[in-house]
Amino acid sequence: MAIKDMPREELLLPGNAACPGCPASVALRVILKALGENTVLTIPACCTAVIQSLYPKTSFKIPVLNMAFETAAVSASGIKAGLRMQGKDDVNVVAWAGDGGTYDIGLQALSGALERGTDFIYICYNNEMYSNTGVQRSGATPYGASTTTSWSGKTEHRKDLMGIVRAHNIPYAATACVAYPEDLYNKVKKAMSMRGPKFIEILAPCPPGWHFDMSKTIEVGRNAVQAGAWALYEVENGKTTFNGPSKAILEKKVPLKPIEDWIRDQGRFKQLFKPKRDEARIAELQAQMERDWDKYRRIVAGECAEL
Amino acid sequence: MTEETRKCSVGTAVSYPVIGAMGKTGTWRTYRPVIDNSQCIKCLRCWIFCPEGVIVRGEDDSVSVDYVYCKGCGVCANECPKKCISMIREGEE
Repeated sequence: MAIKDMPREELLLPGNAACPGCPASVALRVILKALGENTVLTIPACCTAVIQSLYPKTSFKIPVLNMAFETAAVSASGIKAGLRMQGKDDVNVVAWAGDGGTYDIGLQALSGALERGTDFIYICYNNEMYSNTGVQRSGATPYGASTTTSWSGKTEHRKDLMGIVRAHNIPYAATACVAYPEDLYNKVKKAMSMRGPKFIEILAPCPPGWHFDMSKTIEVGRNAVQAGAWALYEVENGKTTFNGPSKAILEKKVPLKPIEDWIRDQGRFKQLFKPKRDEARIAELQAQMERDWDKYRRIVAGECAEL
Repeated sequence: MTEETRKCSVGTAVSYPVIGAMGKTGTWRTYRPVIDNSQCIKCLRCWIFCPEGVIVRGEDDSVSVDYVYCKGCGVCANECPKKCISMIREGEE
C-alpha cells in the first residue's frame, strides 16, 4: 500500500496531549487508518492513556477503554466475548499497549489470551522503557542504555518477546517500525484478514526517553532497521518472512553495520562514549546483535527447534 | 463548550471526541514549519509522518499546515526528500 492510497480520515484528532515528535501518535494514525472506524481499542496504563487527553474530552474518534496495567489482553478477550454475544463479531478488537504493559506487567494476560485463541489484534508499541512514568528500565530496554533506574547503563540484555509469542503458535505475529508506515499498514491489514490471536510489535523511538532531538523520531527508527538493531519480519502460520531492509541483511546482501552508527546519536548511550570509550560494552552490544541475526537465519533455514 | 462535551456534564464517565482536547497546542511551538509548495513533489511523507496529523492533505494531494495545533516538532522538515519545508523561529519572518 503506497502512502498516497491510505485513507484521508483521521481517527486520532489533533490538539491531543502527546509530546511533540511522539512515535506512538505516528503509529496510532497509521494503524487506525488501516483498522477503520469499526474498531474498539483497549489500553492499559501507557503513554496513550495520556495522549487521549483529559475527561470529559478525548482525541480518539473510536471507542477506547482504559484498563489496569496488566489487563490489555484479558480485557480484549472480554470485549470480544461481549460483542459476539451481541452479534457484533465483525468489530476489530485491538489491545494497544506499551512495552511495560507487554514485556513485563501484561505478559501473563497476553500469554493467556494467545493460548485461549481470542480473535483480536495485540499491538505493542515498544519504546524500550517506561516513558510515561519518567523513563524507567523495562524488559525491553537494551543492554547499556541509561534510564532513571539504570543510571550507568542496563547490565542485562532485552528479552526476546517475539520468541515467547511465537511459542504460542498463533496465526500471525509481526514486527514493524514507525519509519516504515507502508509495511506497518500492510501488516495490520493482513492481521485483520485472519481469525484468532494476532500480535504486532512496533519500534517507537521516544525523543525524551532516548534523548535525541524531537525532529529525528523517524530518522532514528530508520537507522535502527538499516543498522540491524531492529528486524522487520512476520511469522505467518509458523513461516517466517523478512521484509524491507531486514531481508537484505538476513540474506547477507548488506553487511551488518557497526552498532555504533545507531547508538552514537542517542543520549541514553552516552555513558558508553564519555568520559572515555567503553570498548567492552560496545563490543557486547555488537555481539548480541550478531547473535540475534544468527538466530534469525537458523529460524528461516528451518534448523531452529522453535519451528 | 462543544455539543459533545456538554452531553457528558451529567455524571457519566464517558469522554467525547473533540479536536483540540488539550487546547490550542500550537502555542507549544518554538519553530514553525513553512512549506515551499513550488518544490513539493506531493510524496505525502510529511503527511503520514506528522505525529499530530496537522499536515492538511488537499484534494490534489498538495499540503499545508494547520498552525493552530502544530506543535513544531520538525519531523516533516527532517523527512521531506526535497527539503522544501524549513523551520522558522516564531516571531521571525
